[in-house]
Amino acid sequence: MSTFITRRTALTGLTIGSGALLGGCDALSNSPEFQALLTNAERGNFAIQRGLTDRLALAKEFSPEQMSPVFRANGTRVPVGEAYAQHSAANFVDWRLVIDGMVARPQSLSLAQIKTMPARTQITRHDCVEGWSAIGKWTGVPLKLLLDLAGLRTSARYLVFHCADVYGGIGGKPYYESIDLIDALHSQTILAWLLNDAIIPVGNGAPLRLRVERQLGYKHAKYVQRIEAVSDLRHIYGGKGGYWEDDHGYQWYAGI
Amino acid sequence: MSESPVSDRLVFRHRLSTRLWHWVNVVALTVMFMSGLMIFNAHPRLYWGHYGGAPTDVAWLELPRFPGWITIPGEYSLALGRLWHFGFAWIFAFGFFGYLIWSLFNGHFRKDVALSAAEVAPSHLWEDIKKHAKLDFHSDDARYNPLQKITYSLVLFGLIPLAILTGLTMSPGMNAAVPWLVDLFGGRQSARSLHFIAAFGFVAFVILHVTLVILAGPINELRSMTTGWFKIKGRSA
Repeated sequence: MSTFITRRTALTGLTIGSGALLGGCDALSNSPEFQALLTNAERGNFAIQRGLTDRLALAKEFSPEQMSPVFRANGTRVPVGEAYAQHSAANFVDWRLVIDGMVARPQSLSLAQIKTMPARTQITRHDCVEGWSAIGKWTGVPLKLLLDLAGLRTSARYLVFHCADVYGGIGGKPYYESIDLIDALHSQTILAWLLNDAIIPVGNGAPLRLRVERQLGYKHAKYVQRIEAVSDLRHIYGGKGGYWEDDHGYQWYAGI
Repeated sequence: MSESPVSDRLVFRHRLSTRLWHWVNVVALTVMFMSGLMIFNAHPRLYWGHYGGAPTDVAWLELPRFPGWITIPGEYSLALGRLWHFGFAWIFAFGFFGYLIWSLFNGHFRKDVALSAAEVAPSHLWEDIKKHAKLDFHSDDARYNPLQKITYSLVLFGLIPLAILTGLTMSPGMNAAVPWLVDLFGGRQSARSLHFIAAFGFVAFVILHVTLVILAGPINELRSMTTGWFKIKGRSA
């Protein structure tokens, strides 16, 4: 091979390479096909984690001395609307949790009823998709006990958590999230009503917050009002399984 | 000793595995770095330990957001930055493992990268340092010099594994599956800090690497990394 061709090849390669990187990345970012390709790579991460790791593996639990002095609140700090404000003013005495969808015995439980159920306490690390972490102590009812109460039908594959907060003001988009049965039945998945031995502050999701300890923060739905068992997520709101997934392109599986 | 004139000659310097992996990395590392800065921009503070992020938590580093010309994508989007980063992480990590295995079988590590006892002798190293300081990159063969071998070994067996493992450690799913990993690095926020440091370790390496390529003769170096053939300058008598 002559030097000339090699030199030209190398220079062409460099030019195309740097051009593609500096000018083309945004074009690629905006291309639905390329996004689909990257999303498939991301699904590969999900498949590998689920395929190769222990599905029952527990998230690390910490000792009280390791807890964050301040447990940061993020996302909705106070849900907008009169209804939530009234619940909050009344210490959530009339708050109800509905469990419906593909269940044999739909439920409507008061907070008092939920608090009489067996509770699990765990000191775990909360990881935000943005990169920060906080360690807090959560107490609540294992989700499995609530699902046993309602009797999941065999066709149910996902649980959708409908929340009291909306994004974008009144009339905006309701927050919701969803998990599959592997996480729903996991022993650390709880519907918490205490944070650090106190009633959960409004900023952290009062009165009920989902804990899915092996996933990022946006999966941990706050202000949970209704749990719906479904066979498919495609018909729920935008179809991607959550508010952030529908509107901001976050991945449904947030274990990464 | 009399020296007879020697003409320029081409020697085969870089194996296919090395060349392939090198150019894959040019793309993969660039994308990993730029999309990584986008992810960093979502919370441009770094901490040591397990937790960190509340305003009262002490950050050891706090930076303004990196500008759009150096992030992927250029406009702020954590979701897209993550997609790029985790997509190219496959290319980067599997490229590395493929190269590792290939290089074990073709003897690249043993023959080209491993340092001999003579090479690590202080006097020999000192000679090599002086040669570098004089910007003398002439060699009678196409073999890596000791400083080069040390640098490549640090990247291959230090920096790259550190980047991959600290990256995996930030995954809460991986933390549950492989709990010793997060303990090894002293917590998720420590892993995030080390991942950031590793990223700039790559930047330092690339600056050094490209500078030396330019000083040593960019055309010859680029040709050898593309075709494998490296020209050794002859000597006049």
